[in-house]
Amino acid sequence: MENLKAKAFSLRKNVLDMIYGAKTGHIGGDFSVMEILVSLYMKEMNISPENQNDPDRDYFVMSKGHSVEAYYSVLAAKGFFPIEEVIEKFSRFRSKYIGHPNNKLPGIEMNSGSLGHGLPVCVGIAKACRMDNRPSRVYTVMGDGELAEGSVWEGVMAASHYQLDNLCVTVDRNRLQISGSTEDVMHHENLKARFEAFGWHVISVDGNDIDALCAAYDEAKTVKGCPTAVIANTIKGCGVSFMENQAGWHHKVPDQAQYEQAVKELTEKEEAARNE
Amino acid sequence: MNKIPNRQAICEVLNEAAKTDKNIVVLCSDSRGSASLAPFAEAHPDQFVEVGIAEQNLVSISAGMAKAGKRPFAASPACFLSTRSYEQAKVDVAYSNTNVKLIGISGGISYGALGMSHHSAQDFAAMCAIPNMRVYVPSDRHQTKKLMEELVKDEKPAYIRVGRNPVEDIYDEDDTPFEMDRATVLCEGTDAAIIACGEMVRPAKEAAEILKQQGISASVLDMYCLKPLDKESIIRMANAAKVVVSVEEHAPFGGLGSMVSQVVGENCPKKVATMALPDAPVITGTSMEVFNYYGLNAEGIAGKVMELLS
Repeated sequence: MENLKAKAFSLRKNVLDMIYGAKTGHIGGDFSVMEILVSLYMKEMNISPENQNDPDRDYFVMSKGHSVEAYYSVLAAKGFFPIEEVIEKFSRFRSKYIGHPNNKLPGIEMNSGSLGHGLPVCVGIAKACRMDNRPSRVYTVMGDGELAEGSVWEGVMAASHYQLDNLCVTVDRNRLQISGSTEDVMHHENLKARFEAFGWHVISVDGNDIDALCAAYDEAKTVKGCPTAVIANTIKGCGVSFMENQAGWHHKVPDQAQYEQAVKELTEKEEAARNE
Repeated sequence: MNKIPNRQAICEVLNEAAKTDKNIVVLCSDSRGSASLAPFAEAHPDQFVEVGIAEQNLVSISAGMAKAGKRPFAASPACFLSTRSYEQAKVDVAYSNTNVKLIGISGGISYGALGMSHHSAQDFAAMCAIPNMRVYVPSDRHQTKKLMEELVKDEKPAYIRVGRNPVEDIYDEDDTPFEMDRATVLCEGTDAAIIACGEMVRPAKEAAEILKQQGISASVLDMYCLKPLDKESIIRMANAAKVVVSVEEHAPFGGLGSMVSQVVGENCPKKVATMALPDAPVITGTSMEVFNYYGLNAEGIAGKVMELLS
């Protein structure tokens, strides 16, 4: 099987190229969410360019739409569009590769960008799939700062009310948002207990560990009668030493020296993963 | 006097369509009673989804269901649906282009005595400003039925606003002129063009009769399609007349009056008066009491036309 750990570092370099080229983007969250997306797209979800119109496919909505660069990297690796084109055109004048997911592009189901929408939308998708007895599973990824949106909790409530065990939500729990620590801005302590209180099955894992994530998603597939939340404890900026756990790298653009240093570190990590 | 409100006409069309199209689903936010959709919920329990008092969720869930192949109709009081869930309508429905029909019930000042929280005098402006959102305001139950029969078949987002109370018929049950996205001409005239929508069509029609007795010839246009607006009919009616009057159950900004003024101003400049609710919380009362207070009745409209012509 393909070395997914190495792949996650390799795809981070595409993110870096997009952001360095366009001089805009949300690099910190891209790097925290990368293993989540790689696990889902490369191993867990039944989504591919070949089945994108099959009603029985799985569904994915990128609720934390600002991590679009990571999303584009993974979709391109999956074959939905050429990565060279994304890197060349990302956020440029008249580009279709805009700074948030846009469903005019292949592989993207729903537009996002405003936070707190992905989960309620996925509740609707999961409910419809259940009504039609489809095998589809429905996935979304939210940021932890996003959890302050009230609409998230409307969705959390409804998903357990409808007993949507075909729904799996991942929280990219990197503990940082644009203004600083999520716990200072609006705290989410006892997050597991919060979801459990709403009737969810909750799995807390190292969110930059692909093996742990895949085990969690496999477990979610066996859960009956309620939705699953995977709390993915991640490192914002994961993979580049000077970006890790720095709120400032939420949407900072690297200069040339930083870009070169980041490429060097990611290449080293990719090679180390390949040699593991 | 007709006893069937437009919302009930909506339910009847959906009830019928759902028998043969299992993808039609109705979603309510604890609003099945006020939306007259309880009969639908009873007849089609497998095609009815209760979301609870959560309008944002109502719209997002509807969008998700559309994504997965359903044809959702989300019904909730217009005041909440059009503003509480505005962003969901913008992003999840219009921007993502999901086949969701948003049914705003008890629109305008239908909930007369309940105060400004329950009035939707902003919904035309709000919804018309969203790209890819169509906006319809049918006048009577027969037109509502015709409109809904079209909407159950198409695949695009739309917002439909209806009032709470039964309104007098404008059209005959067996002979309701209707063309999708074309305003209905009730009468043609050479002195004034009166352009109205929703519950204001009835007083507009009566105003034309009053004016006729005064020797003034007025046309009346039922502009049930606010977006896409039937500009061609507005221009034709305005060109034929000396003055134009618009009438709507909406705030004075961004609704029918603003749009009519734009079209007339750009294409055939002449005097336009826009009759609407005030830019203030409306007084307490039944719809009829409120309309009468603000002159949104046949006498008020006729008076406005005579004032403009004098």
